[in-house]
Amino acid sequence: MTSILFRNVRLIDPAAGVDRPGDLLVADRHIVACGDALAPPDGTDIIDGRGRVLAPGLVDAGVFRADIEACIAGGITTIVLMPDQSPPLDDPALIERAERLGKPRLWVRPLAAATRGLRGRELAELGLMQEAGAVAVATGRAAIADSGVMLRMLRYAAGLGLVVVSHAEDPGLVVGAVATEGEYATRLGLAAASAAAEAIQIARDLRLAREAGARLHFAAVTTAEGVALVRAARAAGQDVTAATTPEAFLLNETALAGYRSFARLSPPLRLEADRLAVRKGLADGSIEMIGSRHDPRTVEDKRQPFSDAAPGAAGAAILLPLSLSLVHDGVISLLRLLQLVSSQPASRFDLPVGSLAAGAPADLVLLSPDAPWRIAAETLPGLAGNTPFDGLPVQGRVDMLLKGGERL
Amino acid sequence: MAVTIPAGANPYPHPHLLAIEGMKPWEIAALLDEAEQWVEPGRRARKLDDRLSGLTQINAFFEASTRTLLSFEIAGKRMGADVVNLSAGVSSLKKGETLLDTALTLNAMRPDVLVIRHESSGAVALIASKVDCPVLNAGDGRHEHPTQALLDALTIRRRKGGLAGLRVAICGDILHSRVARSNFHLLAAMGAEVRAVAPPTLMPPHIAALGALPFTDMAAGIEGADVVMMLRLQLERMDGAYVPSTREYFRTFGLTQERLQAAKPDVLVMHPGPMNRGVEIDTEVADDIQRSAITEQVEMGVAVRMACLDVLTRRRRGA
Repeated sequence: MTSILFRNVRLIDPAAGVDRPGDLLVADRHIVACGDALAPPDGTDIIDGRGRVLAPGLVDAGVFRADIEACIAGGITTIVLMPDQSPPLDDPALIERAERLGKPRLWVRPLAAATRGLRGRELAELGLMQEAGAVAVATGRAAIADSGVMLRMLRYAAGLGLVVVSHAEDPGLVVGAVATEGEYATRLGLAAASAAAEAIQIARDLRLAREAGARLHFAAVTTAEGVALVRAARAAGQDVTAATTPEAFLLNETALAGYRSFARLSPPLRLEADRLAVRKGLADGSIEMIGSRHDPRTVEDKRQPFSDAAPGAAGAAILLPLSLSLVHDGVISLLRLLQLVSSQPASRFDLPVGSLAAGAPADLVLLSPDAPWRIAAETLPGLAGNTPFDGLPVQGRVDMLLKGGERL
Repeated sequence: MAVTIPAGANPYPHPHLLAIEGMKPWEIAALLDEAEQWVEPGRRARKLDDRLSGLTQINAFFEASTRTLLSFEIAGKRMGADVVNLSAGVSSLKKGETLLDTALTLNAMRPDVLVIRHESSGAVALIASKVDCPVLNAGDGRHEHPTQALLDALTIRRRKGGLAGLRVAICGDILHSRVARSNFHLLAAMGAEVRAVAPPTLMPPHIAALGALPFTDMAAGIEGADVVMMLRLQLERMDGAYVPSTREYFRTFGLTQERLQAAKPDVLVMHPGPMNRGVEIDTEVADDIQRSAITEQVEMGVAVRMACLDVLTRRRRGA
C-alpha cells in the first residue's frame, strides 16, 4: 500500500472553503491528513509541489460520453453522465452498466432517463434506477414538452428525493433551429430560435417544480433572462441549481461566422448580452456549476454544412483552463472556481468527493493555474477534438492526477 | 454616387464568388460592366465565343433548380466551355456519400470552374475550401444567391440608369430568401435605399444590420418605390405555420395594380421566379410590359453568369 506526501503545495479545499499552503498525506486510497510539516511514514513517495495548487479532482456534471482519456487530461475524476446514451439509460441494468464504464480510472455516476427512451411520454423506472446507482433524473438533450408528464415526473422524483436535471429549451420554439435569433443568424441565413426559448422553459419548469415540491437543476443556463429567473427563484428559497458551460461565458454568436460546425452547440451560442449575464451569474453565485457537456463527435458528424452537422463540443480536456480564464479575468477567485467544478456538483448530486477532508477519496489534481499553452483541436486528448476553442491561448495545466490514490 | 474602379486594381481579385456580403462597390460595378458587354451578343443569332473552350464547367446542383441551372449551362456553352450538369436526383448523395466526399470526387475530375447550389447555408463555401478551382455560389440555403443579386442590379441599372438613391422594396418571404439577403448587401453597398416588406412571421430579426429598413405593412413599404421586387412564397420551406393561407397572403401582401399605386408611376416590378401567380403577384402586374422586368431579369441572368464565369477563370486561362 503506497502512501504519498505532497509537500509545499497550495491546498485548496473547495468544500471547506480553505485556500492555504501546506502538506497533504495520502494513504490507502484516501486522504489521511492536511497540515503543516506532516511526518511521512516509511516508504512514502514524497512529491515537492513547488507551490503549485493541490485540489480535489474535478467533477464534471452533465457529460454525454464517458471519455476517460479526455477526463484524465482535464483533471476530472468523476463525471455525471447524461442519459442520452445508445440505448438511453432508462433501465436499471443500463445504469449498472454505465456505472462500470470508467473504472478504475474514472468514476461514472449516471443520470436516469426521466422517461422511457427519453421520448417524454411514459415515466421510466426511476426508483429501480435509483437503487441501481442513478444519482439523479434527467430529461436529456431536450425538454419534456408535455407539462402534464413533466409535473408527474417531478412529483414522482420528489417522492424519491431525486434531483431532476432539466434541459432548458422550449421544444416548440427550437424546432429546426441551429442558432439563436440575432444579427449573425440572419446574416448567415441560419434557422434560428429566440433566446426566450430558454427563459420560457425555465419559467415553466420552476413553476412545475414548485407545484411538485421537486428539487430542480438546469443542465445549461446560457441566457440573460434564464440567469435572472434562476437568481430570483433561488432568492425566493426554491431548491434549484443551474450549471453553465465555458462556451456560454466565453463565446457569442460571432463565433458562427464562417459556418464552423464546431460552433454548432446545444443550446446554441447566444448574444453578447447573454454572455455577460452568465459571467455575472457566475460571479454572484446564481450559477453554481460549470460543466463541459462533453460531447465528442466524429469527423463524419461534424464535417458537414453547419445546419447538417451534429450539435455539441468536446470539452472535458479543456474545462479547467477555459474556466480558469474567469479567475485570470478577476471574475471569481480560484477557490470559488474549484467549488464550481468540484464541490458544488458533488454536493448537488450527493457524491462523496470534492473535498480534502481526512477520509475523503484521494482524487486529487496538482495543477499550475498560470501555465500558458494553446488549445489545438487536432491533438485534443480523448475521443474527438470538436471544440470551438481551437487555437485559443489559455492558462492552466494539469500536472498530476490521482484517482483513489493512484497516479494516472 | 458614381462608383469608380481604383486605377490599376484587379477589379475582381477573389478566387471564388460565394457571397455579395463583403464585396466592394467597385467590384460589384466591375462585374456589372463585364456583364453589360454580353447583353448585345446574346441577342444575335450566332452567339458563340470561344474564350472558355477546353475548360470544363461542372454545375453541381444539390437542390432542384430549372432556371438557374439552365442559365449557367447556357452561359458556359455560349463561351465554349464543356458544361456538365450534376443534379440531386442522380447524385451519390442519395447513396449516403458525404458532401465533402462528393466535393473531392468532383475535384478529382479536374474541373476549371464549379457552379454549386445546396440547400444548407454555408455549404458552398465549405466545398470551395476543399477544391482547387473557382467556385460560383448558385444559392446556398437561406444565405446568398450572388448572381441573382447581380442580375437584378444589372436589370435595374439598365432601366433606371443607376442604383444609387433608388428606393427598392423587397417584398415577401424574406426569412427563407437567399435572394433577399444578397440583394440587401448589394443594393446597400451601391447606395440604394432598401426596404424589406414581409409579414412578421417571415421577417428575420436584425434585418437593419443588413442595410434594409423593415416594414410589415405592404402599402407603407412600397410607398414611393422606384423598384418593387417580389419574392416567391417558398411553400416547400414552410415546415410550420408562417401564413394562414395563400388566399390571405395574396390579400395582405400580394402585388396588385391597385396596391402598386402607392409606388412611383414608373415603378419597375421584378420577381426572381418562379412566380406563384395569384399568391404573391397578380397576373395583370406580372404581364404589364411597361412595368414588369421579369423576363428581362432572366435574360440578364445569362449575361451576368457569362461575366462571372469569364472573370473567375481568367487566372487559369492566363487572360
